[in-house]
Amino acid sequence: MSNTTSDIIVDATPEAKAAFFSELQTYVGLEIGAPTPAPDEINAPMIRHLVEAVGDKNPVYTNAELAKQSVHGGIVAPPTMLQAWVMNGIDGPARTGDGPYEKMNQLLFSRGFTSVVGTNSEQTYVRYLRPGDQLTMRTVIDSISDEKTTGLGTGHFVSTRQDYYDAKNELVGSMLFRIFRFQPKAKAPAAKPKVLRPRPATTHDNQWYFDGLNDGVLYSQACAECGEVRFPTGPMCPTCHSLKWEKVEMPLSGTIHSFVIAHYPQVPSFEYPLPVLLVDIDPSISHAGKPGNNKVRMIMNSADTDLDALVVGSRVRIEIRTTDPDMKLPFAILDSTSNTGAAS
Amino acid sequence: MSTLPATRSFANVTVGDELTPFDLPITRTLIVSTAIATRDYQVVHHDPSIAAERGSKDIIMNILTSNAFVGRFVTDWAGPNSFIRSVKVRLGAPNYPGDTMVITGSVTAKDDANKVVTVAVKGSNSMGDHMNATVEVVLP
Repeated sequence: MSNTTSDIIVDATPEAKAAFFSELQTYVGLEIGAPTPAPDEINAPMIRHLVEAVGDKNPVYTNAELAKQSVHGGIVAPPTMLQAWVMNGIDGPARTGDGPYEKMNQLLFSRGFTSVVGTNSEQTYVRYLRPGDQLTMRTVIDSISDEKTTGLGTGHFVSTRQDYYDAKNELVGSMLFRIFRFQPKAKAPAAKPKVLRPRPATTHDNQWYFDGLNDGVLYSQACAECGEVRFPTGPMCPTCHSLKWEKVEMPLSGTIHSFVIAHYPQVPSFEYPLPVLLVDIDPSISHAGKPGNNKVRMIMNSADTDLDALVVGSRVRIEIRTTDPDMKLPFAILDSTSNTGAAS
Repeated sequence: MSTLPATRSFANVTVGDELTPFDLPITRTLIVSTAIATRDYQVVHHDPSIAAERGSKDIIMNILTSNAFVGRFVTDWAGPNSFIRSVKVRLGAPNYPGDTMVITGSVTAKDDANKVVTVAVKGSNSMGDHMNATVEVVLP
């Protein structure tokens, strides 16, 4: 069955909803069809199948000798099994499609209330059932609520009352069964799969820098002969041309040298607008006074940042964060305690 | 079993009494065997792929079985000479395979004239309350 837009009542005017509710109420009190006889009389094998599956060891359900000693005077069916005796079985209900219950359901379906969930089952028992009892069920539409909205969506609660009679036409039990027929809430779009950042192009000359980040240390590089500090990393000192070098541990703080905020083109692994900062890293302690120590400049993203507060000259602290399962990178975080450049 | 287990007497029950909690592992075998034993052949109770097509992440326990466990939980506590008068269940989060339903309960009222004890039963799983039930049981 398909819906046209004009059929949908969920978004209709209050007047249309009131008319629809009045139409629904005409079904209340109607018996949904002919009485339904249970296909089998109450019997010990079906009782045993259920209490075995449920693990119910109460002897009055299966042990004739002990059941006889009990107040029940013999084998009885578990009272909560009431509904099972009249279930339709594998072929489903033999419905003609024009009974009141089906018509009510079609009406609800045609107005957008296409989903159903059971919400309440209230059984009362006049007496316990015994093997040999022959049940007949009569079902009446008990009530239909006005439009309600729950966590599942918007719809109507529909209650039916099933009355169960024995062969003498005496009431043995009843069930009030409530369902919620509803239009499901629109589902949130599926979360995009996380796309990993592009991998850094690593070589023999820079792998150790990324290894340092993975160990939580921000390194620069210094010439082992003349002491000049340099970044980015490379095999040779640009000043004395020595190939000997050493790692320099840098402080996790600096000053914004410049920045851009990228809006476009958008690469899937980043969130936009994307702040990209050039940060003057504070001089290393181990190479205090060495040439280049105050000129280490690194490019990095900013995190947890109010983009409007980014100003050249602002102080930042640097955090080494896990961006992907196998990658850590430095991020500049505006240092609010010593930020002199930012607007209020 | 040659003698009838003891039944709790009405006089020995006090409002506030806790029933012994019960952990029920929700297995596929449990969901399917109880659905079939209650003659409930709806596909959401036995066919995971069709259940998934209909928007359920897996098969779910049927309502008749939730009722049956409420009954078992109360008569396990009350004993064989008890008589359940009513079981009223409000349903919540579904019971999926792999989860565990913890069933707890306590006595909330006593009707001295009719020897009826009212028991509140709750079945909780990893997603929240599967069911909240109120059971009236007559004790000797």
